Amino acid sequence: MLRTMSTHPFPAASASGAAPAVDVADVTVHYGDVLALNNASLSLESGRICGLIGMNGSGKSTLFKTIMGIVRPDRGRVRVHGGSPAEARRRGVVGYVPQSEGVDWDFPVSVRDVVMMGRYGGMGLTRRPKAADHEAVYAALERVELTKFADRQIGQLSGGQKKRAFVARGIAQGASVLLLDEPFAGVDKRSEATMSRLLRELADDGATILISTHDLHALPELADEAVLLLHRVLMHGDPSEVLQAENLALAFGLDVLGGKA
Amino acid sequence: MDLLELVAEPLSYEFMTRALATAVVAAIVCAVLSCWLVLIGWSLMGDAVSHAVLPGVVLAYILGAPFALGAVVFGFLAVALIGAVRGTSRVKEDAAIGIVFTTLFALGLVLISVTPSQTDLNHIIFGNLLGVSWEDLWQVLILGAVTFAILVLKRRDFTLYAFDPTHAHAIGLSPRLLGATLLGLLALTAVVALQAVGVVLVVAMLIIPGATAYLLTDRFSRMLVIAPSVSAACAIVGIYVSYYADTASGAMIVLVQGIAFTLVYLLAPRQGLLGKRLAAARRRRPVQV
Repeated sequence: MLRTMSTHPFPAASASGAAPAVDVADVTVHYGDVLALNNASLSLESGRICGLIGMNGSGKSTLFKTIMGIVRPDRGRVRVHGGSPAEARRRGVVGYVPQSEGVDWDFPVSVRDVVMMGRYGGMGLTRRPKAADHEAVYAALERVELTKFADRQIGQLSGGQKKRAFVARGIAQGASVLLLDEPFAGVDKRSEATMSRLLRELADDGATILISTHDLHALPELADEAVLLLHRVLMHGDPSEVLQAENLALAFGLDVLGGKA
Repeated sequence: MDLLELVAEPLSYEFMTRALATAVVAAIVCAVLSCWLVLIGWSLMGDAVSHAVLPGVVLAYILGAPFALGAVVFGFLAVALIGAVRGTSRVKEDAAIGIVFTTLFALGLVLISVTPSQTDLNHIIFGNLLGVSWEDLWQVLILGAVTFAILVLKRRDFTLYAFDPTHAHAIGLSPRLLGATLLGLLALTAVVALQAVGVVLVVAMLIIPGATAYLLTDRFSRMLVIAPSVSAACAIVGIYVSYYADTASGAMIVLVQGIAFTLVYLLAPRQGLLGKRLAAARRRRPVQV
């Protein structure tokens, strides 16, 4: 059996005593007989970028879903900025950037339409955009440098631009917690750098960013902390420490960095 | 005979005006709904629900209840049964859909065979445009208007649901409720279109217009205009052809819709088979991920 290596080195609450941005406490989730999360605990402070590492089926998506309130834990508790996931949903606190495979890129929506969807939570019954909504969408597009492409069909963007469009949706939403599912898959190096810079700016503005990724090489530069997940949190700490080969071997059961250039 | 006479002559018969009105209303409502069905990937679900409403409609007839009520009850029953078979056995979704809707459809046929007024009910299966009464037309108009209004007012929510239900959930919307609403509207629409083309061909009106529009534009808002326009035009052309050629009117409408789709499939500027060739020659597509 795996043993828990260490608890994370970051204080459970900031000096001001405010609740952590994301607090997952002893969460267990089953899908039928399949155990997805087993007593997983994770606490994230505002303004931090955290890399979430684990193999397929390690519970990364389930962890995202519990934070978004899509999956209700069998045991344990999730808090977002001190409130329940249901409250977070009402306030639109959590933004989500889906992985490429989860999106229908032929869907007849423009980049602007997608970003506008970030505003729906605060709109009236028919979601008719007001001037403030159009301004927020424009500002978000400007932030991610996609204003030029606003009227393109979403699938007509490059890999990196697509991801940034969804980040813009989170910005337009006013999300203070951003969950990104494999944001670097199929993205070239330059777009990856643009994305990393963007995420750092957002974190500096106080956003909490949780990134599930297989891109272990980029992680030390990008992330402030890293989490190793295998149904529970095996390790949570400095990326360079978490990414040590012997630690990764625990989560993946093999030498992941060994074979790659 | 000049063109004006050609157009005007059928309209001198009241039953033809009623047929045209019914067909156009059904065509429009079905087409609007079809825009979401083709994007969500619910074509087969449309097929299933439109067939599965049959026993509901027959029971409503027997009990003297509104057809819409019976249709919605059996529409949801079908969806629930499909979900149950798929979720609790190793049978895959397409098989679950096939089992449930054919069984319910058969139940409807059996109920029709034991119900005294057989002629009326047989019309439900193949439609009976030329026999539509004023009462039928009113029912189509009211159900059609309600369905159309809900679809148009909540169109942005439905589109978000179709595109990214996870995000819909994250910002406090209920994907489950939106999905259930669409399915309920699907059952109502099936009742509207029963009068026009019958249970068997309803699914055509629920898929072809949306698919046709999808090949013509990259904007959902435009799909919502193109689909009902094309569909209504096909309904009108279909009825006129059936009048002069003396063919089955419901089937003729569907045939015209199929021909319209084929033309668009071949000739659409960007998505059409020929258009694509031309476009590919002009420019390289952006890198696919």
